[in-house]
Amino acid sequence: MRRNLLTLTILILILFLSVLSKNLDPYIYQILVFFGINSILAVSLNLINGFTGQFSIGHAGFMAAGGYFSAALSVYQGEKLLNILSFLPKDLAQGAIFLVFLILGGLFSAILGLIIGIPTLRLKGDYLAIATLGFGEIIRVAILNLDVVGGPRGFPGIPKLTDITWVTFWAFIAVVVIYRIINSSHGRAIISIREDETASESMGINTTYYKVLAFSIGAFFAGIAGGLFAHYLMMLHPSSFTFMRSVEILLMIVLGGLGSITGSIFGAFILTVLPEALRGFAHLRLIIYSLTLIIMMLVRPSGLIGNREISFYRIFKFLRRKGIN
Amino acid sequence: MKRLAKLFLISVVSIFLLVLPLQAAGTIKIGAIFPITGPLATFGTSCANGAKMAIEEVNLRGGVLGSKIELLVEDDQYKPEEAANAAKKLIERDKVVALIAEVTSSVTLVVAPIAQQSKIVLLTPTATNPKVTQVGDYIFRACFIDDFQGEVMANFVYKNLKLKTAAILTAVTSDYSKGLAQFFKQKYTALGGKIVAEESYSEGDSDFRAQLTKIKAAKPEFVYVPGYYADVGPILLQARELGITVPFGGGDGWDSPVLLQTAGKAAEGCFFSNHYSPDSKELVVQTFVKNYQKKYGTTPDALAALAYDAAKLLVDAINRAGSTDSSKIRDALAATKGFRGVTGVITFDANRNPIKSAVIIEIKGGKQVYRATVKP
Repeated sequence: MRRNLLTLTILILILFLSVLSKNLDPYIYQILVFFGINSILAVSLNLINGFTGQFSIGHAGFMAAGGYFSAALSVYQGEKLLNILSFLPKDLAQGAIFLVFLILGGLFSAILGLIIGIPTLRLKGDYLAIATLGFGEIIRVAILNLDVVGGPRGFPGIPKLTDITWVTFWAFIAVVVIYRIINSSHGRAIISIREDETASESMGINTTYYKVLAFSIGAFFAGIAGGLFAHYLMMLHPSSFTFMRSVEILLMIVLGGLGSITGSIFGAFILTVLPEALRGFAHLRLIIYSLTLIIMMLVRPSGLIGNREISFYRIFKFLRRKGIN
Repeated sequence: MKRLAKLFLISVVSIFLLVLPLQAAGTIKIGAIFPITGPLATFGTSCANGAKMAIEEVNLRGGVLGSKIELLVEDDQYKPEEAANAAKKLIERDKVVALIAEVTSSVTLVVAPIAQQSKIVLLTPTATNPKVTQVGDYIFRACFIDDFQGEVMANFVYKNLKLKTAAILTAVTSDYSKGLAQFFKQKYTALGGKIVAEESYSEGDSDFRAQLTKIKAAKPEFVYVPGYYADVGPILLQARELGITVPFGGGDGWDSPVLLQTAGKAAEGCFFSNHYSPDSKELVVQTFVKNYQKKYGTTPDALAALAYDAAKLLVDAINRAGSTDSSKIRDALAATKGFRGVTGVITFDANRNPIKSAVIIEIKGGKQVYRATVKP
């Protein structure tokens, strides 16, 4: 277990810290930022869909809720708080405020997750999917009608606070937190719900509690990802949070492997980089993109990694075995 | 299966590698970002077509500053983050000297800060929200803003049609619609007209009978529906069904052949304000329409005309700047005066918005017919 955690940490740190150098191509830098944000989304959705086995397709809604909430705090309260904290160095004060706003955005999202989760998690399979889908749309339509956050105009003027360090930091936190949960007694309970809900209930596991817990934690990180997204683009628009966004996140985890943290990061990587790599094709881009996805799913129906994790330990062991043979 | 997949992946990668070095060297690159796929695909395609045609014409005449121009068009699927990626790619990778970007105001507001930060001129053909050009001094637009369009229609209805009462049906989910409605109302009431009913709908609704019944009861002489063509078609059909016979009117969102197809006879006698009319007798317009029809087989809509003008404006600015240095291009573009475009004579004001005229189009005999030009 420790080895796996170490591997994950090293993987993420290498991916991001290696590119922290200032002379990085801004285009690559931006793709990496989106990759980090997508990783947080995928890993958090994997907790709900992959580990708990609940089919949620409303993740864009949580992302929107958290993103808009923290963006609104930044726009309407950011200056005021900055003035209050003027005794601190400006960067430090700004960073502290951003951290608080992000967490508040995440908490807002988590509370929504709780409110939505308690009634809907009693539903199973398709019904839950439809309920979460409906929730995601409700959030989007609510935002469209909220004038304080711009409604259909979009919400411009958000300060640019997100950089690659922030994204790395949060991706790291998300992975560690979810990894630790999965490998704790709570995690065992959560996985048992996925395997057989009736059986785990008869073993004395409070399934509703664990489902709602997983749902809220997933929503929390989706909210954080939304906040990072908002403070990177400096503008939010409801068209970023349509049903298609939820499907995209779902695709990442299905493609990478349901129930695998490294798998969801891998899936996030592919789905962030692939559309950019295909830009050279112009009109054929989306066709090739979809074809690639179809073929990947045909060849590897359980996802690229399945429910395993990539770890250096395993790679070493594999190489050694090959070497001996 | 596996072998097939491998073959597929290898071919994708090799095609990708082949495509990369094909981009010609020694040309002046201009970037364009439009929603060529997704819900606004027809808008994006029109814009891309217009801009491409303009650049081709310039290249046929030998390009600008002695070199050819290469137009790099990127698709953003009407997604803000895709547009941001496209902008970064065009600016950092392809080193474009200027950008023609986006159709909608909301996505332009994502791209504009990136262009401003990199000090690259961004000229939007169609983003009408006043906030867009407020982003910075490198951001320009080729179209008039929403305020103007609402006022133009109010003027036309009150003065030319001499109709004294009007109803407004707004799409609450669209800022564009709200903006037009607001400025129409302001101007119309200031002129002495009376708004007898104000109703609203959401984009994508299919039944408008409740709102239309209320409007009918208020007996207006004119109904202003500043929405997009997809909703306006059903609205017109249902209004005629309910027996509302007065003329309807709207903004440039009506400009699509789809409206004439869906609404058919119901659209007869309606008016909308637009950036240009293909029927105009002016030579620039006539040549543009003729060439466009020859190239793409359809009559160009206003978006194509605006994108065409945007590309020509940029080329003109590069020519006058005598260099591809972005600050010089910016200064030259800002100094544009009396540029004869397809969508009117364009002069930029201090806020980098064009001062230009609008046209009123009447739908008559299943066709868009030029009715009047309204000067600012």
